[in-house]
Amino acid sequence: MAVLEISNLKKTYNEESDFPVRAVNDVDLIIEKGEFTAIVGPSGSGKSTLLNIMGGLDHPTAGKVIIDGNDISELRENQLIDFRLHHIGFVFQSYNLIPVLTARENVSFVMVLQKTPKQERDHRASSLLTEVGLGDRMDSRPSELSGGQQQRVAIARALASRPDFILADEPTANLDSKSAGHLMDIMLKLNREEHMTFVFSTHDSRVIERARRVITLVDGKIVSDIQQNAS
Amino acid sequence: MLTRIAWRNVWRNKVRSLILLSSIAMGIWAGIFILSFSWGMSIQYVNMAIHGQVSHIQLHHPEFKTDKKIIYSIADASDIVHAIQKMEGVKAASGRVIVSGMISSPTSGAAARVSGVDPEQENSVTGMADNVIEGDFFKSDKRNQILIGEKLANKLKVKLNHKVVLTLQDINGNITAGAFRITGIYQTRNSTLDELNVYVRTSELSSLLDLEVGNLQEIAVLLNDNSYLTTAYDSIRSEFPELLVEDWKTLSPELRLVIDSFSQTMYLFISIILLALTFGIINTMLMAVLERYHELGILMAIGMNKFSVFMMIMLETLYLAIIGGICGLLLAYVTIHLLGNTGIDLSAFAAGLSSYGMDTMVYPALPDNQYLKIFGMIFIAAILSAIYPAYKALKLNPVQAIRKI
Repeated sequence: MAVLEISNLKKTYNEESDFPVRAVNDVDLIIEKGEFTAIVGPSGSGKSTLLNIMGGLDHPTAGKVIIDGNDISELRENQLIDFRLHHIGFVFQSYNLIPVLTARENVSFVMVLQKTPKQERDHRASSLLTEVGLGDRMDSRPSELSGGQQQRVAIARALASRPDFILADEPTANLDSKSAGHLMDIMLKLNREEHMTFVFSTHDSRVIERARRVITLVDGKIVSDIQQNAS
Repeated sequence: MLTRIAWRNVWRNKVRSLILLSSIAMGIWAGIFILSFSWGMSIQYVNMAIHGQVSHIQLHHPEFKTDKKIIYSIADASDIVHAIQKMEGVKAASGRVIVSGMISSPTSGAAARVSGVDPEQENSVTGMADNVIEGDFFKSDKRNQILIGEKLANKLKVKLNHKVVLTLQDINGNITAGAFRITGIYQTRNSTLDELNVYVRTSELSSLLDLEVGNLQEIAVLLNDNSYLTTAYDSIRSEFPELLVEDWKTLSPELRLVIDSFSQTMYLFISIILLALTFGIINTMLMAVLERYHELGILMAIGMNKFSVFMMIMLETLYLAIIGGICGLLLAYVTIHLLGNTGIDLSAFAAGLSSYGMDTMVYPALPDNQYLKIFGMIFIAAILSAIYPAYKALKLNPVQAIRKI
């Protein structure tokens, strides 16, 4: 079952100028439920633009982005915010946790926005943090956690809203190899055991090796889309 | 959760928040203190005027107000004074014969407003005996005693036991004169009136003016306090409908203006202070929003809608403004209560204050309901100053704010 369908997607910056920049050019892509997909490519290849559009953070110039039967390219700003809240989980390169909230509160936050009852969100936040190995750091603030631990909180936060899929932009870029490996273990475990769909961009060859599908972008076009046996 | 985030955000930059809180608190404190000083001074001025000159209520012949001739007198005034003295809320009442004339010494002369009084009654209404600085207030039974103000005594170049001559127009329109011996010199806090008012016994003035005994021009009524004004006024009016009964607000419109204009002054003054503080709050909150542009973008990316972002910034601003405002109000309340008991000594400016009929000790005061009004104004100012920074956050485009996911 497809969680994300992209057809004829185009994103052109400075369209009206003499030098338009085609960041994404005629991309067709289907992400099935339970995939563990890496989007790779050199800098400027359009990875971030593609992820922004897939996440409803940016509007395409042309084409369709269908998530859960909705073409999100036609949604207005406030509808997009609501759509992101209920359908997409985000993991950012720089963790981007709310600095004034504890790990538990950061994870609970999206559930507060979803108006989940307090008892349920407290229970879910605790179990998600335990799942990512931070059962003993629930009441720590981001400044009291290492980069790897913050990124694990970010994954727990992305999972908290029960999204259709999780988009991660170079999630291991700021982590040392041990933390990066640990993070990938957690993501793979969630993917295997809970069938959570992950789509992430990366440059890290050790991360690429562990993806089951690798899509390569060059100059805004998909130049290869391969399935591989990952560990 | 939104309130918790907003509250914690306030304390993210403690120094900046504390500076802003202090500036709000100090601004409010200074504004309220100046108001309380002004209100304290006004109340003292009004009380001094009521207790020393005007009294709470005065009764006259209806014509006396426009034409101050002695023929317009209150008949059988002694009975009226006694009846009023028995009314509820009345502390004292004094009947007076009032006439304008000339007072002369061997070397000089001046205009004078001569009051013929019953010393005991007059003292119970105006406390004149306490103002005597030389001699006494009609203690002896000697005939033709006169009490004059120190300023007038200096002008006439006369001292205690000197004689002065009062030249007046009697009830028949004839010029009449009488010699009086100065047995008392007084000084009130209103030097302008000290130069004008002189006091003699009613009986002697009536005789000089050929006025029938018991006829008076004025009855002054002092109440236990101002809260009895309406009831006492209504009782006196219904009891003596043939007389002109006026309360102090009608008798001295300038005193009424002092009280009535205070609210407007307060609103204007506090508004100016809050306007200045509003710009400070906007500046700080705008800085806080711009600093957290990326973070706000993230919040919107993960699903926080624009209204919640708007409310979060509004709450942060409200917390700062309201905490600062409450601190300022509390500080002002404590200061006013401390100085309200000890008073502020302005004796260095005694001469100037005295010419305006004001006391040299000022006791700052502010009615409790004014604190509530000021708090309401702070709340409104807080909301107004929160709107622009919150609006700025509202215009945020998450993809621009975070550049990429």
